[in-house]
Parts: sequence; structure tokens; C-alpha cells
Amino acid sequence: MESLSKSPNLTSKPSKSPKSPKNNSNKQPNSFFRFINSKKVVPYLFVLPFIISFLILTLYPAVQGIIMSFQKVLPGQVTFIGLANYERLANPIFYKALLNTTLYVIFTVLILTVIPMLLAIFLDSKFVKFKTFFRASLFLPALTSTIVGGMIFRLMFGEQDTAVANQIISLFGLDAINWRFTSWAAIFLMVILASWRWIGVNILYFLAALQNVPEELYEAADIDGASKWQKLRYITIPQLKPIIIFVSTITIINGFRMFEESFVFWEAGSPGNIGLSVVGYIYQEGIRQNDMGYGSAIGVILMLIIAVISLIYLIATGTFKRGEN
Amino acid sequence: MNIKSKNKILTWIATISFGVISLIALFPIISLVISSFRPSSELMRQGISFSINFSQLSLDNYLYIFNQAPEYWAWYGNSLVISAITIVLSLFFSSMVGYALAVYDFKGKNFFFLLVLLILMVPFEILMLPLYQLMINTQLVDTYFAVVLPMVVAPVAVFFFRQYALGLPTQLMDAARIDGSTEYGIFFKIMLPLMGPSLAAMAILQGLGSWNNFLWPLLVLRSNDMFTLPIGLATLLTPYGNNYDVLIAGSVLTIIPIIILFIFFQRYFIAGLTTGGVKG
Repeated sequence: MESLSKSPNLTSKPSKSPKSPKNNSNKQPNSFFRFINSKKVVPYLFVLPFIISFLILTLYPAVQGIIMSFQKVLPGQVTFIGLANYERLANPIFYKALLNTTLYVIFTVLILTVIPMLLAIFLDSKFVKFKTFFRASLFLPALTSTIVGGMIFRLMFGEQDTAVANQIISLFGLDAINWRFTSWAAIFLMVILASWRWIGVNILYFLAALQNVPEELYEAADIDGASKWQKLRYITIPQLKPIIIFVSTITIINGFRMFEESFVFWEAGSPGNIGLSVVGYIYQEGIRQNDMGYGSAIGVILMLIIAVISLIYLIATGTFKRGEN
Repeated sequence: MNIKSKNKILTWIATISFGVISLIALFPIISLVISSFRPSSELMRQGISFSINFSQLSLDNYLYIFNQAPEYWAWYGNSLVISAITIVLSLFFSSMVGYALAVYDFKGKNFFFLLVLLILMVPFEILMLPLYQLMINTQLVDTYFAVVLPMVVAPVAVFFFRQYALGLPTQLMDAARIDGSTEYGIFFKIMLPLMGPSLAAMAILQGLGSWNNFLWPLLVLRSNDMFTLPIGLATLLTPYGNNYDVLIAGSVLTIIPIIILFIFFQRYFIAGLTTGGVKG
């Protein structure tokens, strides 16, 4: 902001006034106009919306969230209570939320990295016809909201014998499952919903990365008489490493942010918290119970988890190494 | 000859396999559309099922939603207005910021860019409680403004616009300056039109994000007539299933416009949705 007042256009103002025959009231907007159009000022005015939004919508809530996590926040009465909110985190419900979310992250990262990668490799081969159509159909689920998608899955995985999922397992001689009220199935439902919605997007990341694998590597391998499997193992997968790291990192981070996948199956609360996520716990405590202090403490823990993952990502991609050189 | 026929078989196997995989991916959407023609009581009793009584299919759910569900259309209107405002404001502000970070040299430029990258890594979920409190204190709860506010300057879009603007021809700027154009004139009249494809991609990302946004509107919207579609539809997800007519037909009417847009603007959808891997 200081650089604004240092702008040379302000100093050019007096030198202009003797030349100008116009009166003061006309000269004022003119020099103001010149000021806001100077190349020193323009970039800052362009960036100003970002600065304001950063201060109000990111910095303030981040700081306020950390402060609140040490407070008991009641309407009109805020008291500092030290680490009490964090001590309260040592309870079975939070552990359950953390366990559910971690399981969800592990399954989604495995499914949403390995399957899209394999599908992209096959889709990229010369043997597949109608590529554009297949790519589009796999991408289509990404257009539905989690609510609409989840509602469909709720009906497909209904507890009735006639629901699609139970009809399929009955073909294998299995009894109907009450999906939404079975502990292991709760995680399964959320994982399959997320996988269905995101697989097409991740395929696109891998397809884009496959275009960048240099053709000469395969030609050289052909000359050496490498098999298809060897080419996949020693050329394609190593070349895809950066995108594998990228896709798995965003899947992990999005996994820890999971909320809607849980909400759509059980609305505000699941039996025995079988579907409770960390963000769901923030919602339950911070909004429903109106305990902003405790909710913020959960948020701070989530912030730390995601910060650690981001840091690992930056180290894995060699961001810091490049900075040192 | 032998290799040729072997390749032909491989092509068949690969194409049919992908056909099956695509069918699995499309199955939930297809079955949603079929279900929307089934009586809601039947759907409640059977769930989405392979055993459909085709003689029962009718337009009743759609007739009901068009004639007797004014609240659904209120949600639809809210979603349209909120998405439109979000697209216009976020494109306007984010493109300005991204453009400035790309074409101008100024003090703090790198710092601002680092901030953009940093914010990209901060999930909204950990900021939402203080933001919600701020909305309560400023009495903005239950307004469009509150829903739109956090989306106005989108770091993803800033990042995307910056990358795009780096490739803009800066000679045009010098030429325009000689012609007496202001910096704002250069941006709005010359450079912004050149950023067309990136604007289209981000309009889709922001529009779809807003259309499907759930958690934040769930916090700040309180009255039924202010709800957006996802929030409104979620209120119909009750264990009793008494609202399935509006829920199912309403869901179809929510995704059909998006699918039609996707068919026409596939390229921009793909460019938009693969930016930075944001959760939509």
C-alpha cells in the first residue's frame, strides 16, 4: 500500500496545474484518473480484490479459528479455556470419525489412482474404438452433485431384496444386506459413491500425462525387444510418477475433507456413527450443537493433517530441492 | 495376416470391455431417469431395481413437480441466480488478478502468487466456522450474498488465468498504449477477449461448483424459499420416502441441463474440471 503514495503521478500534479487553464474542480478528477492509470498503480488495483478476499475470507477465519479453538464460545460471552477443547478430543466419537475418514482415504486413494491409471493406459492403446464416447461416459458422473449421485446410490443400495445391489448379490447366493445400517457397508457406500464420481476426472489426468511420454522411449524399447509388460513396468509407470503423486495427493486431501458422501446417506447422523467423518463431526459439534470452540479445535487438527500431507507432496515432487539450487 | 486377425480380436475385446465399463458408469444416471417415470410409492417399496413394471411408467412425477411443487422451482431459481452471480463475479475478479500477476512487473508480485498457491492448499472446511460466525455477526445469513461471497475470488481460477495470460502477446499492450488506450481499456477491450477459452473453462468450473455446492449453502441458508437445489433436495431425503416424486424427477431436471451443456462444450468442461483437482 505504501507504494501507492510514492507514485510519481502525485508529484507530477503541481507541474501540470500552471499549464491547465481549467479550474480546480476539473483538474482533480483528471490527475486522479492519471494516478489510477499509472503503471505503478494499475497492477495493485487489479490484485486488490484478491488482497481483500485473502484478508477477510482466508486470513481472518484461519486466525479466528485457531483463537476460537482455545475458547468457549457462547452468544455474547467468550471465555478463554486453554487446551480444554483439545482435551475433549480424546473421546470415542472423534476417534470413530478419524478412523472412518482414514479408511475412506485409504480406499479412495487406492481405487482412484490405480483404476483410472489402468483404464487410461488401455484407453490410450490403439485397440480401443469410440475413445471419445467412452471417455465422455466415464466423465459424466462428475457432473452430478454428491447429493443427486448419493440419492441414486441410496436407492440402488436400498435394504429391500428388490434393490439393484441386493439383486446382484443374490445371484451369488448371498442374503440381502441392509447397506446403510451395516458398519463395513457404510464405508463401502461412501467409497463407491466417490469412486464413481471421480474416476472419469482422474482418467483425464492420466490420459493427458500419457500424451507427454516421449514416443522414442517406446521405440528404443522395441529395438531392445521389450515385451508389452516390460514397457508398461519400466517406461509408462515411471513416466507417470509425477501424475500418480499428484492424483493420490488430491485424493487424500479431498478424502479428509469428505462430508457430503456421509450426509447424503445418513443426513445429520448415522447409527453408531458408522458414517461419521471428521468434517461431519465439525458440522455436528460446531453448527448443530453450536459449540464453535470445540468445532474449531477439530478444524485445527484437520488443518494440521492436511498441512502435513501437502508438505509431503511438496517434498515428494522436489519443490524444495529446486528452490535450493 | 495372422497379426492382423489377432489385432482385430484384441480391438473387439478392448472395445467391448470399455463398452461394459461405460455402461456401469452410466447405469446410475440411466436408472435415475427410468425411475423418474415410476410411481414414487413403487420406488419407495422396491428401491432402484432391475425388475421394473414397465406398464406402470408414467409422467405423473413430472406433472406433479410442474403443477404442485412451487418450492422446487424456488430452489431452481435460487440455484440459477446464485450460479449466475458466482460466474460473473468470480470470472471478473479472478481474471483481473490472474492477468495482473502474469503481465505486470510490480513489487510483491511473487508474494501474491505464493499466497494464491497457499490458499489453494487451505481447505474451505477449516475456515467455515469462523466465516459462518462472521455471516451471523454481519446479519448476512440467509442471503444470496453470503452464499456467493467465499467463491468470488477463486484461487483456482486466479491460478488458471495467470497460466493462460502468460501466453498472451504483450506487444499488443505496447501498441495499444501508443494509441492512447488506458491499462483498463487494454485489459477489457484487447486482452480479456483473447482469454476467451480460459474464461469458458472457468465459467464451467465455477458454475458447476456453485450449482452443486452443498456444505456452505447448508450453513448459511435457513429458510426453505432461499434453498438451492442440492440443499432443497437433501431435505427430501427422509427415511419415510414421502417426497420421492419431487426428489427423483427433480434430480433429473437438475442434471439434464448440465449434461446438455456438457455435450456442446465438452472441451471446456474437461479443461475446467481438471484444473488443480478441486473438489466440486
